[in-house]
Amino acid sequence: MFSKGTKRKFSDGDEEISDESLVGARVASSYSLQRQSLLDMSLIKLQLCHMLVEPNLCRSVLIANTVRQIQEEMTHDGSWHMVTEAFCGPGQSPSERLVATEVLCRSREQDAEPKLFSVISYEGCREEEVVADETLCSVSVSDTVSNVCLAGRVGQCWEKSELSGVERDEEALEDSRLGSGEDEEIDTEDGASTESPKTTGQVFGTFEIKNGSPGPDSALEELFSDVDTSYYDLDTMLTGMQSAPKMGPYDLLDSLAPSHSSPSIVSTPTCRSDLNELDHIMEIIVGS
Amino acid sequence: VPAGIVGGGRVGGGNDFQWCFSQVKGAIDEDVAEADIISTVEFNCSGELLATGDKGGRVVIFQREQESKNRLLSRGEYNVYSTFQSHEPEFDYLKSLEIEEKINKIRWLPQQNAAHFLLSANDKTIKLWKISERDKRAEGYNLKDEDGRLRDQFRITTLRVPVLMPMDLMVEASPRRIFANAHTYHINSISVNSDYETYLSADDLRINLWHLEITDRSFNIVDIKPANMEELTEVITAAECHPHQCNVFVYSSSKGTIRLCDMRAAALCDRHSKFFEEPEDPSSRSFFSEIISSISDVKFSHSGRYMMTRDYLSVKVWDLNMENRPVETYQVHEYLRSKLCSLYENDCIFDKFECCWNGSDSAIMTGSYNNFFRMFDRNTRRDITLEASRENSKPRAMLKPRKVCTGGKRKKDEISVDSLDFNKKILHTAWHPKENVIAVAATNNLYIFQDKIN
Repeated sequence: MFSKGTKRKFSDGDEEISDESLVGARVASSYSLQRQSLLDMSLIKLQLCHMLVEPNLCRSVLIANTVRQIQEEMTHDGSWHMVTEAFCGPGQSPSERLVATEVLCRSREQDAEPKLFSVISYEGCREEEVVADETLCSVSVSDTVSNVCLAGRVGQCWEKSELSGVERDEEALEDSRLGSGEDEEIDTEDGASTESPKTTGQVFGTFEIKNGSPGPDSALEELFSDVDTSYYDLDTMLTGMQSAPKMGPYDLLDSLAPSHSSPSIVSTPTCRSDLNELDHIMEIIVGS
Repeated sequence: VPAGIVGGGRVGGGNDFQWCFSQVKGAIDEDVAEADIISTVEFNCSGELLATGDKGGRVVIFQREQESKNRLLSRGEYNVYSTFQSHEPEFDYLKSLEIEEKINKIRWLPQQNAAHFLLSANDKTIKLWKISERDKRAEGYNLKDEDGRLRDQFRITTLRVPVLMPMDLMVEASPRRIFANAHTYHINSISVNSDYETYLSADDLRINLWHLEITDRSFNIVDIKPANMEELTEVITAAECHPHQCNVFVYSSSKGTIRLCDMRAAALCDRHSKFFEEPEDPSSRSFFSEIISSISDVKFSHSGRYMMTRDYLSVKVWDLNMENRPVETYQVHEYLRSKLCSLYENDCIFDKFECCWNGSDSAIMTGSYNNFFRMFDRNTRRDITLEASRENSKPRAMLKPRKVCTGGKRKKDEISVDSLDFNKKILHTAWHPKENVIAVAATNNLYIFQDKIN
């Protein structure tokens, strides 16, 4: 199930660690820290689009390419593997974590579903409230602060799991719970935890709104049929990476995507634990 | 002591030139209004006119004075000739986004009559402006009086011929053509073709060919937009028409490649005729390699035999007959290579520097940070760093070469890398087509330097 990730521990059982390999380990760890911080920085840059003016496409492409390069390298040296492993397993992960990654995930088959904000998107990051047609616009969580926060937190997730070998013990890893220990760490981050319930609400709120029948949408679709929607259809580079053979955390979420429960609840992919909760509530209400 | 460091700014041609301050235009105020930031500088074909565009959508044209007999030591000065608002901010209601009025490029048309024509482009729209002079007006109309009011018909008893009388010179700018709605992405280049009938405009993903007389349609000649935008990894960064062959143009990309296309080969020039790329040096590979290889400007030499590209750290001269590597490479500010991470963080790594040739193609110039700009002599291989600053702005004061200290002990008059002001960037420079006069845009100020006549 969950294989032991490659972790670097300075104080392991092996007392025969030589100075050189210790230095080597430090250098490697420092490199991966730098690389991680570069990745985080890049993701934040992509998030912080100008509100009023279209973002510079060249800059976005260059940053996205940099993110991909980092991801590729991390995949090759196994640190990515650890990240994806960490997400695997029975969904005991805290809901906000899954929300963050859910939001980043864009499953291909569900094109009709509302598009959530993307980590890397080539359109302006504004929330389009006017037009309901999902193909025309992307629904974004309106608060860019929370966007940044989420991306940042995802980054933190990766960072924490990557550094797990140094900081956390193996048990937490095997539980594949980015753990209650995780939660505490996150809760102490400035603003992060306070943002998350609100963001969760926004995300789910969005789900509910968009959950209607396709009726009104087709009329709108017709109305805008001759508009060049390709620019609005701009999907994320990460979803492009999703389709790449390598596993990214976003690919992983495809496999994670919960089998849809009864449509009476919500028909869009939702957080698994919330689903369980809703199931539970429904059971009580229905009394079955 | 290495040449080029000591003494006056001796770079250029076969002669040694000494660059001197001539003029500076713009507010002295430390507080820079965003709208005043100069975004493009261009001499016209004769060098008599110098146009600047700014972030506020305005165009200011300077005209050179006739050489005065009294002042033999300096050539004519540039004075304001015309100022007009070229573009206004617009709002794209569909995307809920503003379209900036910032002028990205100005290109002059060759002069064919008394009037001057230029193309100015913002992110989405190109306009053809006619700048004409009026120094006479007709007086003595029959039907209206001097104020323009109609005269009472029964008061008109005689018939007279209106006479042309001199008046104060008035320079009028009027938009003659508006080329709009052809670009989904941001226009980065415009280039007038040598046939003087067509021009191209390039945005991030497409290049269009226009006829100067026709505004309601253009031909799309390059389209690199992938069917699936998720696959987008490369954009067009600059494009230019060949100076003599009206069927040839080049465009550069964010991956450091240049493609030369022949419009005779196909209607859609997605397949290049030549592909210029320098193989990457594997030893210097980093996560920033691609970003710093992105070409920010491409310019043909006046001869049409070479082209020059500017990437983040260097300028390269390419022989059009050799695709696999440039014939010359000049380091602009190699000392920044160790600072790339910080420059990525503060976004400076995405700054788009331009470059230009002198009239004889013997020297090239480009900008840097701290209001420094660099000149390279292709023949002697000498280079020089000069600064555009108000401190060196005494009339005809010779510019002192500057040097950046890269490590170790800082000598007197050197400046260390960490002291460089990255907000003072010189992105736009222009060289007079025939003489050694240069225009350097430093944020909201325009500096004009000339060589000292011996």
